[in-house]
Amino acid sequence: MAPKAQWDWSVGSKTVVDLATNNDEVAWREESHASPDGEQVAAVVRTTDETYTVQVNDTLWESQFDRVWYLRYSPDGRLTALVNDGDWKLCVDEEAWEEGYGFVWNTLFSEDGSVIACSVSDSMQYGMIKDGEIWPNLFANANNFVLSADGAHTAAAVQTEPLGQAEIFKFKQGVFSVAVDGEPWERNFVNVWTPVISPSGTHVAAQVRLNLFEYTIACNGATWNETFSQVWEPCFHPKTNAIAAPVRLGGKWGMAVDGQVVWKPQFFQVWHQRYTPRGDRLIALVCPQYGRWTVAVDGQAWRTTFGDMISDLTTSPDGRRIAAVGKENERWTIIADDKAWPEMYDMCWKPVFSPNGDHVAAKVERSKKYTIVVDGKPYSKEFSECWDPIFSDDGNLILIRGIINNTYIRIVERVSTICG
Amino acid sequence: MSERVWIKDEGIERGAEALTPERIERTINAVLGNETGARLMAYVETCAHCGLCSEACHFYLSRDRDPSYSPVGKVKQTIWPMLKNKGKVSVEFMKQATQIAQTECNLCRRCVQYCPFGIDIAYMMTLVRRIVHKLELTPLYIQDTAHSHSATLNQMWVKDDEWIDALHWQEDELRDEFPTARIPLEKEGAEIMYSVIGPEPKFRTQLIYQAAAIMNVAGLDWTMPATPGWDNSDMAMFTGDSEIMARLKRAHFETAARLRVKKIVMGECGHAFRSVYDTGNRVLGWRMPPIPVIHALEFYWDLLNEGRIKVAKQIEEPVTFHDPCNVVRGRGLHEKAREVVRAFCKNLVEMHPNREHNLCCAAGGGVINCGPPFKNARVESNRAKAEQLKATGVKICIAPCHNCHGGLDDIIHKYELDMELKFLGEIIYECMEKPEAQ
Repeated sequence: MAPKAQWDWSVGSKTVVDLATNNDEVAWREESHASPDGEQVAAVVRTTDETYTVQVNDTLWESQFDRVWYLRYSPDGRLTALVNDGDWKLCVDEEAWEEGYGFVWNTLFSEDGSVIACSVSDSMQYGMIKDGEIWPNLFANANNFVLSADGAHTAAAVQTEPLGQAEIFKFKQGVFSVAVDGEPWERNFVNVWTPVISPSGTHVAAQVRLNLFEYTIACNGATWNETFSQVWEPCFHPKTNAIAAPVRLGGKWGMAVDGQVVWKPQFFQVWHQRYTPRGDRLIALVCPQYGRWTVAVDGQAWRTTFGDMISDLTTSPDGRRIAAVGKENERWTIIADDKAWPEMYDMCWKPVFSPNGDHVAAKVERSKKYTIVVDGKPYSKEFSECWDPIFSDDGNLILIRGIINNTYIRIVERVSTICG
Repeated sequence: MSERVWIKDEGIERGAEALTPERIERTINAVLGNETGARLMAYVETCAHCGLCSEACHFYLSRDRDPSYSPVGKVKQTIWPMLKNKGKVSVEFMKQATQIAQTECNLCRRCVQYCPFGIDIAYMMTLVRRIVHKLELTPLYIQDTAHSHSATLNQMWVKDDEWIDALHWQEDELRDEFPTARIPLEKEGAEIMYSVIGPEPKFRTQLIYQAAAIMNVAGLDWTMPATPGWDNSDMAMFTGDSEIMARLKRAHFETAARLRVKKIVMGECGHAFRSVYDTGNRVLGWRMPPIPVIHALEFYWDLLNEGRIKVAKQIEEPVTFHDPCNVVRGRGLHEKAREVVRAFCKNLVEMHPNREHNLCCAAGGGVINCGPPFKNARVESNRAKAEQLKATGVKICIAPCHNCHGGLDDIIHKYELDMELKFLGEIIYECMEKPEAQ
C-alpha cells in the first residue's frame, strides 16, 4: 500500500466492489474488513468445499485452509490472517510464514505496520513470533503480549517455573516474570501484568504483585521502592523514560511517577493514563465522584462527567487536544476538550484527530445504521457498515469507507462540507 | 448428625504457622478501621440477639438447630469477639473463624429476610474473609482458584490459546448439527458479548455448544472474545481479595467495551452475576455495570417473549426448579425463570419454600471451592435441602447455576435422591424448534 499522501484523495465516491455478486465457490462470508486506503474490502469466506479462504474485493485467495480467522489489515495495508493447514500459521497477503506451530493467535502490529508479531504455543510451551522468528526461549505459560511501537521488541508476562495443582505456597514465592524478546528478567514475582516497552526500546515496565497485598511497578526487573494497595498499567514518558502509573493509597486512586505520588489520591478510579506526545501533560480517565467519570489533565478533572463510563482516551498528534468516548444512560457520545458533542448515539468508536488537531471525527451508530461525525456534525450518508474515518495529511479531506446496499464504497469528502 | 469438626486444611494450617498475635491484632484493626464504617456499626449495634435469623439458615436447620451454626451464632464466633477484644484474638480463634466464615456460610442472604432489622450477615462474613485473606489463612483450594484468576484472569488456569481452541472445537461440533452455525470471535460492533465461567471451556463445553445453538437459532448478532476477559466468574470476591476482583471485572467490562457490544449476556452462573452486577463493578467506581449484563434466565425469557425461540416439544416428566440465591434474591428473576420452565416443561412441581425464600445449595459463596477437605461437612450441612428436594417427588431438577449444580449433585448422591440435574439452557436446547438443524 502506498503512503497515505499518495492515496487517491480525489473528492468523490467510488464503488470498489459489489458484494451482492454471487460467487459459486463461496458458501458464506464472514465480517468485512476495509484496508486503510479504502481500496480493498476483505472477509473470511467458507467455500462450498467446506474449507476456508479469504475474499479480497471479488477475488478469492488461491490457498484454502481448514480454518481461517482473525483477519486484520496492518497499518501499512497488508492483509493478515491466522490459518490452519494442519499447523497454525500467520498468513500475510496470502503468504504464510514458513514455520507452523501448535497454535498462533493475537496478531500485533508495529505503529507503522512494518513489523508483525503474534503469540505462539507449541508442545505446551508459550512465547511470541516476530516476523516469522520465534523467541529463543519458550515458557510454561505466557500472556499479556506486547510489541513495541517501533516493532523492535516484544515482551510478555511469562511463567518461568512449573506450578503444580494447588501449589499455593510456591505461587507466593513467585513463578512469574517478564520476558523481553524471549529473555526473562532475573527476578520472579507473585504476579506480573501488562508489560510496556519504552519508546526508546531500552526499558520495559510492568505491574507486579510482591505478595498477596503489595503492588508496585517493576522496570527492567527492578521494582520501585514504594508499594501500593493496587496499581494499574504503567506508561512511559515519550522522552525521559519516566514511568507513570495509577496507584491506590488509603482507598483512593492517584498517580505516581517513578514511585512518587504526583496526583493526590482523591479519585475513586484512575486508569488509561498517557503522556501527550510531547510529554508536557499527563492525562487519564478518572472517577472523581462515585459513579461519575471524566478525563483528568495533570490531576485536574474536567467538569463534564458521564454516569455510565468513559473510554478511548485520545490526543491530537500535537498533544494540544484531548478526546474520549463518554456514555450516559445507555447512550454514547464524544467529548473533546471538556465539551461533549450535542448528540448521543447508540454507539461511538474511538475518536480520530486530524493531523493538525483542528478536527476530531468518529464512527457512530444510530438505529442500526452507521456513519461518521466530524466535530459533532454527521456526514449526510448512512451505511450498513462503515469504518473509522481517516484524515488527509493536511486535514482538509476525510476518507470514508462504508457499505451501502451491499456495495462497498470509498468516499473522499471535504471536511468543510461535513462541518458546514 | 456428627459434631462440628475443626477441619485441617493445608492453606489454613500453614498460614496459621506464620501468624503472630501482633499481626492478627494489627490486621484486624486495619481492616475494621480502614475498610468499614457506619454500616458495620449499625449492624453490630442494632442486632437484638433475637435469633430469628436462625430458621433461615440451612446449616442451622441441617445441624439439628445447633445455635453455633445459626447466622447470629457465626457472628458471635467471629466478628463480635474481634471488635470486643480490639483485634486481640488467638491464632486458634482465627483458624476457627476462617472455617466458619469461609466454609459454613454461603453468603446466600436468606437470613437478611428473617432479621427484623434487615441485618446483612453475609456482609459481616465477607468482612471476616477479608481479614482471613490479609492474614493469609484462606483455605487451599479456593486460594488456588483466586491465584488462577490473578495469573490468567480466569478461574481454571485456562491458557489464552486453550480458550480459543475450545471455541473453535465447539463451533466445529455445532456444524455437524447446524451446518452454517458460527461462534463469532472478536466481532466488533456485535449486539451481544456472550461470557461464561472458567469451568465451561475446561469441562462443561456442552454448555457453550448449547448456548451457541440457541444464539444461532435465535438469529442473534453476537460474539465471544478471543482474549482474557471472557470469564465472568470471580472467586477472589469470595476470598476477600477485592483487588483481584477489581482486576477481573475491569478486564471483563473493558473487553465488552473494546468489542463495542450493547450488552453482555452471561451463562447460567449465580456468583458471577453477583460479581458483575453488584460487587465487582462497584468496587471499581461503577454504580451499575457500564455495559448492561443480562443473566441467562432473563435472556431466555426475552428470546421466548420476542418469539426468537419457539417451543417444539415439552418435557413430559415433572420437574422442579431450584432458585439460585444470587439471581433470585439478588435480581428477582424467579418469575421469569418459571415462565420459561413452564413453556418447555409440562409439569413444574414447586419445592417449598421457593422463590426468594428458597434454601441455598450450600455450595455457593465459594464454599464448594474450598474443596475436598470440607466436602463431607458441607454435604452434611445441607440435609434440609435434600429433604426439600425429596419432598417434590420428581426426578428432574433444573438448577440454573454452576455452583448450585455442584452442591446439589453432592447432596443428591449423599442422600440417594435419584434425581437428575439440568441447566435450563439444556432443556431449551433439547426442546426448541431448530429449523436449520440437520
